[in-house]
Amino acid sequence: MSLLAPAPGAAEVYRDPARQARVRRRARRDALVGMASLVGFVIVISVVVSSSPGWSAVQETFFNGQEFISTFPGLLEAFWLNVRIFLVAEPLILIIGLLVALARTLRSPIFLPIRVVATLYVDIFRGVPTILVIFLLGFGVPALRIEGMPKDAVFWGTAALVLSYGAYVAEVFRAGIDSVHPSQRMAARSLGLSLFQTNRHVVLPQAVRNVVPPLLNDFISLQKDTALVAVLGPIEVLRRAQIDASSTFNYTPYVGAALIFIALTIPMTRFADWIQARSRSRRRAGGTS
Amino acid sequence: MPSTRPCAANRMREREMTSMTFRRRVTAGVAAAAAVLLLASCAQESTSTAESSAPAAAASAPASAVASEAAVPDECAPENLTTIDAGKLTVGTDTPAYPPYFVDDDPSNGKGFESAVTYAVAAGLGFDPTDVVWQVVPFNTSYAPGDKAFDFDINQISITPERQEVVDFSDGYYAVNQAVVALKGSPIAKATTVAELKGAKLGAQVGTTSLDFITDVVQPDAEVQVFNDTNDAKNAMQNEQIDGLVVDLPTAYYVTAAEIENSLIVGQFEAQEGGEEFGMLFQKGNPLVGCVNEVLAELKVSGELKAIQDEWLAGTTAPYFTEK
Repeated sequence: MSLLAPAPGAAEVYRDPARQARVRRRARRDALVGMASLVGFVIVISVVVSSSPGWSAVQETFFNGQEFISTFPGLLEAFWLNVRIFLVAEPLILIIGLLVALARTLRSPIFLPIRVVATLYVDIFRGVPTILVIFLLGFGVPALRIEGMPKDAVFWGTAALVLSYGAYVAEVFRAGIDSVHPSQRMAARSLGLSLFQTNRHVVLPQAVRNVVPPLLNDFISLQKDTALVAVLGPIEVLRRAQIDASSTFNYTPYVGAALIFIALTIPMTRFADWIQARSRSRRRAGGTS
Repeated sequence: MPSTRPCAANRMREREMTSMTFRRRVTAGVAAAAAVLLLASCAQESTSTAESSAPAAAASAPASAVASEAAVPDECAPENLTTIDAGKLTVGTDTPAYPPYFVDDDPSNGKGFESAVTYAVAAGLGFDPTDVVWQVVPFNTSYAPGDKAFDFDINQISITPERQEVVDFSDGYYAVNQAVVALKGSPIAKATTVAELKGAKLGAQVGTTSLDFITDVVQPDAEVQVFNDTNDAKNAMQNEQIDGLVVDLPTAYYVTAAEIENSLIVGQFEAQEGGEEFGMLFQKGNPLVGCVNEVLAELKVSGELKAIQDEWLAGTTAPYFTEK
């Protein structure tokens, strides 16, 4: 309803009661038409899909209730591995991304080597398919047979995800840093803040606030990419689904895995929306005081 | 014809959506609904044409069968076979196709056990070798719902009752045992009992009965490691990331003899109840299954299947694991 109503405040501009009534009527009618159109659309789509000749086969293969119930507990158990990989990788990615982004913004010529290394890192790891990084670290490093080097597949898979996503997140942070107006930095420096203090108290707080949505995007993507670690052997949720699917020739376990991912990403998105809204209202309050 | 109408409807809808007054918005809503209905009716139209063409094709086959019944009452005669591509036998397998089932990742060269079996079956059905068309079918798509793009899929697929609910299998063309491969220095290299494998970190390819064998029969303490294909599993074994690898016996034989130095077949498992057999995978209800089974039966009686097996899977034997 609120989606279709006229913008708040528009009605108050005019005090004419007849006009206000007209506006309200119109809003109501718009809402009704919108709802009817939406319901009609959903009905038509459902009828078309469910009346198609292959629907029963598709339903049987993708949405089989019995199969769902029998495989779901195993999927949840396997998902724990995804959660662990994700929880370890995410903070490391944030740290690497932030450091690399800051390194790329250093201006002094003496820092050229750091800038070059940071730029090369981003260029290479953003360009190389993540799966290759995982194979390279997961199978390549243990094959070197260096004494004391870990061989654990989950360890190397997580390391590969951190390296790969660190490059993406570094660019997100850099975009955030660039979005802060140069005058902010100059003002901070002219107040006598050091380079570190300028970044810490002036630039980064604004930069990070601006990039919360794209950061969240990358993390949702990371959640799903934890499944790539499975190529090294460990069984995570998608692999579990694949195993179940190939033993019964039924794809329902994949749908179960998808539901688990969605159950995680939707609350995360709402949480990020909330953070955004909160920081926006705070800034607005600050502006009027 | 079905494609033009929704497009026109879409254009109409876009034009209407740009106007903002109430009256026009109502018409826009109506137009949008109309567009959806048009799309829907077109979708149904196209599905109904697909529907009507399929029975037509199906109807024509029995018709021809009836016509020729007087002369040849054999429905497996070449001219009476209904295949995906008329006059051709379309066969699916995954890529890469591994030895000893296929050689040089080229199923069409007639080399390797499954390639040879396919050409023998094709000959039995009355197809020339040149009429056999190979199709790449990843294992995971072989059981997708809907019409299949192959007459049958031959890819070391084990026949199980669960799978038979979704697809049809031919009779088995090879009775297979599972075996454990390990590096000579592996802690399980000298294992002779299933119990000795319990403490080992074992690996297998995803979707295989080898994997089921580890989880159901060996039931190791450490978590099973699962790989996309045998190559990845072999890598992990060479890196000592896993202690051993479970594969079917012919693959085990090939891996140890030709691929990985310093590796050996630790042993093979007794066949489980009813045994495990590879079968060709068909679309559920495909009448071709019966004809292929007839040919397979002939090949078994004549000893030709045994000869093919001896040629490509010779020497594949290993000591059996004992329970305790």
